[in-house]
Amino acid sequence: MALSQEKMIDMYKKMLTIRTFEYKVKDLFAQGKIVGAVHLSIGEEAVPVGVCSALKKGDYVLSNHRGHGHCIALGVDVKRMMAELFGRETGVCKGKGGSMHLADFNVGMLGASAIVGGGLPLAVGAGLSIKMRKTDQVAVVFFGDGASNQGTFHESLNLAAIWSLPVLFVCENNQYAESTPVTRVMLVKNIADRAAAYGIPGIVVDGMDVMAVHDSTVEAAERARQGYGPTLLECKTYRYLGHEEGDPWTTYRSQAEVEEWKKKDAINRFRKYLVDKGVLAENEAAEIENDVKNLVGEAIKFADESPWPTPEEALKDVFVSPNY
Amino acid sequence: MTEIKTERELTFKEAITEALMQEMERDEKVFLMGEDLGVFYGGGPFGVTPAEKFLKKFGPERVRDTPISEAAFVGAAATAAATGLRPVVEIMFVDFFGVCMDQIFNQAAKMRYMFGGQAKVPMVIRTVIGGGFGFAAHHSQCLYSIFAHVPGLKVVVPSTPYDAKGLLAMAIRDDDPVMFFEHKGLYGSVKGPVPEEPYTVPFGKAEIKREGKNVTVVATALMVHKAIIAAQKLEKEDISLEIIDPRTIVPLDKKTILESVKKTSKLVIVDEDYERFGFASEIAAIVAEEGLFYLDSPIKRVATPNVPIPYSPALEKAVIPDEGKIISAVKQIVG
Repeated sequence: MALSQEKMIDMYKKMLTIRTFEYKVKDLFAQGKIVGAVHLSIGEEAVPVGVCSALKKGDYVLSNHRGHGHCIALGVDVKRMMAELFGRETGVCKGKGGSMHLADFNVGMLGASAIVGGGLPLAVGAGLSIKMRKTDQVAVVFFGDGASNQGTFHESLNLAAIWSLPVLFVCENNQYAESTPVTRVMLVKNIADRAAAYGIPGIVVDGMDVMAVHDSTVEAAERARQGYGPTLLECKTYRYLGHEEGDPWTTYRSQAEVEEWKKKDAINRFRKYLVDKGVLAENEAAEIENDVKNLVGEAIKFADESPWPTPEEALKDVFVSPNY
Repeated sequence: MTEIKTERELTFKEAITEALMQEMERDEKVFLMGEDLGVFYGGGPFGVTPAEKFLKKFGPERVRDTPISEAAFVGAAATAAATGLRPVVEIMFVDFFGVCMDQIFNQAAKMRYMFGGQAKVPMVIRTVIGGGFGFAAHHSQCLYSIFAHVPGLKVVVPSTPYDAKGLLAMAIRDDDPVMFFEHKGLYGSVKGPVPEEPYTVPFGKAEIKREGKNVTVVATALMVHKAIIAAQKLEKEDISLEIIDPRTIVPLDKKTILESVKKTSKLVIVDEDYERFGFASEIAAIVAEEGLFYLDSPIKRVATPNVPIPYSPALEKAVIPDEGKIISAVKQIVG
């Protein structure tokens, strides 16, 4: 599908924003500005951007613990994301969710579950709601290779299949569930092969190629909107850093392996593609890099200057009705 | 006691059926989801959703039979609720919650809080509880205390047809996740007055099911009826029990319980759930914290001992609270 130059530039900018944002998060975590656990997706940027750039306004997305990229790709405000990571009252979740529970219902981001495989049934519900309300939205859920070994994967794909729900199951196969290589925990070559068990299409995509991810998503989303049901999209990708910050990753994979994947870097590849196509000039690329750096810098400033939530806030939002 | 102005009597099960029917008629966003709701046993594993009323009238879109995939359909209900619908999910027996607990206590219950109040999750999970039928360890538990422990869930445990109808209507209209526990021993065997027109019973308001002056007895579900039998027997010995049914254990009406204890100075809690760390323990803790000096004798808990529910009728009877066990607990503190 032919994309406008403007759209492609926007996709490039979003990929760069994810990477810039996350490298800053890495530093801020090391400085103690961000607490808890952060799971970075550096290396995987083509997947969220490829998928979300193929969606329409009003579509739903469900995310997981490694979800900064999903949010940025969908258009969640970077300032309020950073404020959330800082635990401030201006955060997207008022400081109650943090890095693992980002949500912004205004843009269709229905939230991140930090229980591996927890989001798949939720996506079925979003799809069911779309079908019963008879709108032409689609629901997307991002999950990892690890989640595809959970029972919820089986239950959710089957349920979405039999009810023909408009759900895109996007597996970000980054080759490792924490430290466990995917090859040690499944005998099938592709996670997408499992789709056959539910009578739905299973597509393997090069997750380091944002255009390929985009095109496959357009096709799956169109199929879903027309009422033909869900698709399992497996994007083969790689995380350059550990499972979480603090994981040195050297105990379960080699530097050589990481370097091999970095040769396929999605951002470099897309930049080259855009330059070769004449969409992006070198000076424009530098300008974009600068813009993104400023955007993230402003987000950090906003977060840092934002007030902490008051202690009373901890007891609010349990229920819609007054809390008890 | 609520004064119920009707001659009409329904069983507990019929009251549930009527609430579901009226709420589905009232609001097209309400739909049912669960295993074998449509035609099995004429409509639902316990016949709560008769096919000629539900499937025929609302069709398979709104009376949604599911595969045996509790995690998937409970999670689906949470997001369907968060995106504008009002699902009423049925889990056939409370014992089956083990396979979908994450979707309840981590997803549905926490969605609103962890997203800073963005989500509204108006869903109801109905389920069947209780022993007395020889169903053994996997089909006889109560377990409502587990759900009351987790923030973000409202927990309803009705004992009469009137309350069941009004509380279920309330649960469906409520904007938060509600766990609704129906005791299988009440379904066909308890009948009572139920007005035909729709009505709601508010959450967090206990009801004094029988007034008395010597001992406060707090009980839920079938145990309310066992306590009433105990009260009738003890009346002959000049011991008068005041029986309080909290009706919802989250939110809990502490005031009514404390006022009664102030009057009687004695407290027995009857709880069919396991004794350890449960509903009875919570009521005891509240009274110890906020009403200790009202008491003139120790608080007694009559609950299921901490063993799985056994199969043999002889063994089951030994563990589940009944009027005999209630009378014996009362006698330990009276006299």
